[in-house]
Amino acid sequence: MGIDIKLPIGIMFSIFGILLTFYGLFTNSNVLMYQKSFGININVYSGLVMLVFGLAMLLASWKTNKSASKK
Amino acid sequence: MDTSFTLSWIDYAIMIIYFVFVLGIGWALKRYMKDASAFLEAGRSMPAWVAGLAFISTNLGALEVMGMAGSGAKYGMLTTHFYWIGAIPAMVFLALFMMPFYYGSKARSVPEYLKLRFDEKTRGLNAILFGVMTILASGISMYALAILMERVLGWNFHVSLILSAAIVLGYTYLGGLSSAIYNEVLQFFIIVIGLLPIVFLSLHQVGGWTGLQHTLAPIATGQGFAADSYTTMWRHTGSALSNPMGVEWYGIFAGLGFVLSFGYWCTNFLIVQRAMSAHSPTAARNTPLIGALPKMFIPFLIIVPGIAALALMKTPGSGFSLPLNSAGQPIYDYTIIALLKQYLPAGVLGLGITALLASFMSGMAGNVSAFNTVWTYDIYQSYIRPITGNKASDDKHYLKVGRLATIFGVIVSIGAAYIASKFGNIMDFLQTIFSMINAPLFAVIFLGMFWKRSTGHAAFAGLLAGLIIALIHHGLTYPEGANTIVKGGWIYHLHSYRVEMAQNFWTAIYACSTSAFVTVTLSLLTKQKKSDADLSGLVYSLTPKLGKEDVAWYRRSTTLAILVLAIAAILTILFW
Repeated sequence: MGIDIKLPIGIMFSIFGILLTFYGLFTNSNVLMYQKSFGININVYSGLVMLVFGLAMLLASWKTNKSASKK
Repeated sequence: MDTSFTLSWIDYAIMIIYFVFVLGIGWALKRYMKDASAFLEAGRSMPAWVAGLAFISTNLGALEVMGMAGSGAKYGMLTTHFYWIGAIPAMVFLALFMMPFYYGSKARSVPEYLKLRFDEKTRGLNAILFGVMTILASGISMYALAILMERVLGWNFHVSLILSAAIVLGYTYLGGLSSAIYNEVLQFFIIVIGLLPIVFLSLHQVGGWTGLQHTLAPIATGQGFAADSYTTMWRHTGSALSNPMGVEWYGIFAGLGFVLSFGYWCTNFLIVQRAMSAHSPTAARNTPLIGALPKMFIPFLIIVPGIAALALMKTPGSGFSLPLNSAGQPIYDYTIIALLKQYLPAGVLGLGITALLASFMSGMAGNVSAFNTVWTYDIYQSYIRPITGNKASDDKHYLKVGRLATIFGVIVSIGAAYIASKFGNIMDFLQTIFSMINAPLFAVIFLGMFWKRSTGHAAFAGLLAGLIIALIHHGLTYPEGANTIVKGGWIYHLHSYRVEMAQNFWTAIYACSTSAFVTVTLSLLTKQKKSDADLSGLVYSLTPKLGKEDVAWYRRSTTLAILVLAIAAILTILFW
């Protein structure tokens, strides 16, 4: 049905990933905020996971696109 | 404890970005919606992995997530029975044995399969029951969403309801079933990634799986159960008295593993529709199998944090508690909410809340997109259009009808949500009743697919008899301690079950076996009006066998099915 869903998934999770990673880095000095998560900067970790996932989806989408245009 | 959250700008930003993408997908699909088939059947063009993820995502609604986590906090690892025994075998059966007929018959819906295989009245009965059921389900989940937004985010109930209905209407109206399916895939990923932080952090606090076992042992023995009864599945199911769930192994095996799960996974059009949207017969067969792979690991995402919540509740100084109801009992459905509040700082919190909102909305969208298909093809096209005297099949016309049905479905859902807010008990009752129509339906479809002698009159009578027996059983029995007629016993108090779940299992077992008995008996007494040629492609013995599937061995359905069953078996043994 026309669109390749991997592309919007990839873009969205890459945006989320970048957003959370930077937010996590900027708030890193806020000890009180990360007391909840036992001092673990959960925003940076989640952000990186999402960024990797988002980029993997973009790569997969790019590959699909390339093989489709070859045909 | 207080369940309200204070969100910061980053949380709102994540929420807004997500909904921009949701509506954007609908918008991007708009130009492909040229005919009714594109709108209502996704043009039968979905890749297997997309259909497969949508297949389980439809079932991974917020009510399911919140309910299963709560059930984990209540019953421990026994809740996993709803997955490994209560879903996987049925999904494999649907894939290998039923999809070839659903997909190959060219039926556009489950009711339409009943029409092709049996007759018009059987289709009519099923289509009407299904239509009413899906709209109610959609209304109930809208109501639950609005209540959650009111209590947790402090938003106005009416505004939340209208806003979420508008978003759902927006993307299903624009992109139809394709839009619903693509958004279910998006929702699947956001729910997995959004809940991972609480899995990680709650296990971190209790000291991992072994820490969890140690913390739960004194709790279990304190209640008179074996020390490991919250962290094992089958070991203590020899008697209903020796495990926290209060069920015994044959009840789980027959009630949950067979009747309820086959009834749900193999006949519910909401689910089957995802597999019917696949681009080829092989993809349609693979859809439930691809869905089964992540499905098996969902318990680690939602049940395990629930169990950790149970341990934390009983650990002094953990700072974790659940809100209490007026009777002083913890409200288990708030387990996930309480965990989000306990652990997540701004940022990931927005992600977690967005995941919950997303799963509520995709639940509604799923219901609406199944409703408009059944309405357009099984009710409008078969009963209403002929009355107007216009028999021409005009695809453009049905596209319009499908779109109007979408608007109509959303409006009626809003109405149902308001009824639920005024008369919650009635909605619970209706939901229990409608959960009963699937069990007899499975008996009828199963006989239809594998026994060519079963007839239309018999199928109709079987469906009706199963439903009536389910009602009677529900009216005569009640779970211990129930004080409302909603839970049963509204005719006479004949028998009581220890837990509500046991009552549900037995309702389904009686309904399914009655339906099978009536269908078989009447089939033998009535004449088969359909010739063998009519039934080709609809019945197992009259359908030419598929040749070898024309794909690499590792993509074949049988290979995938063996893999799925093997992983389910290993998981079961690990947590025996």
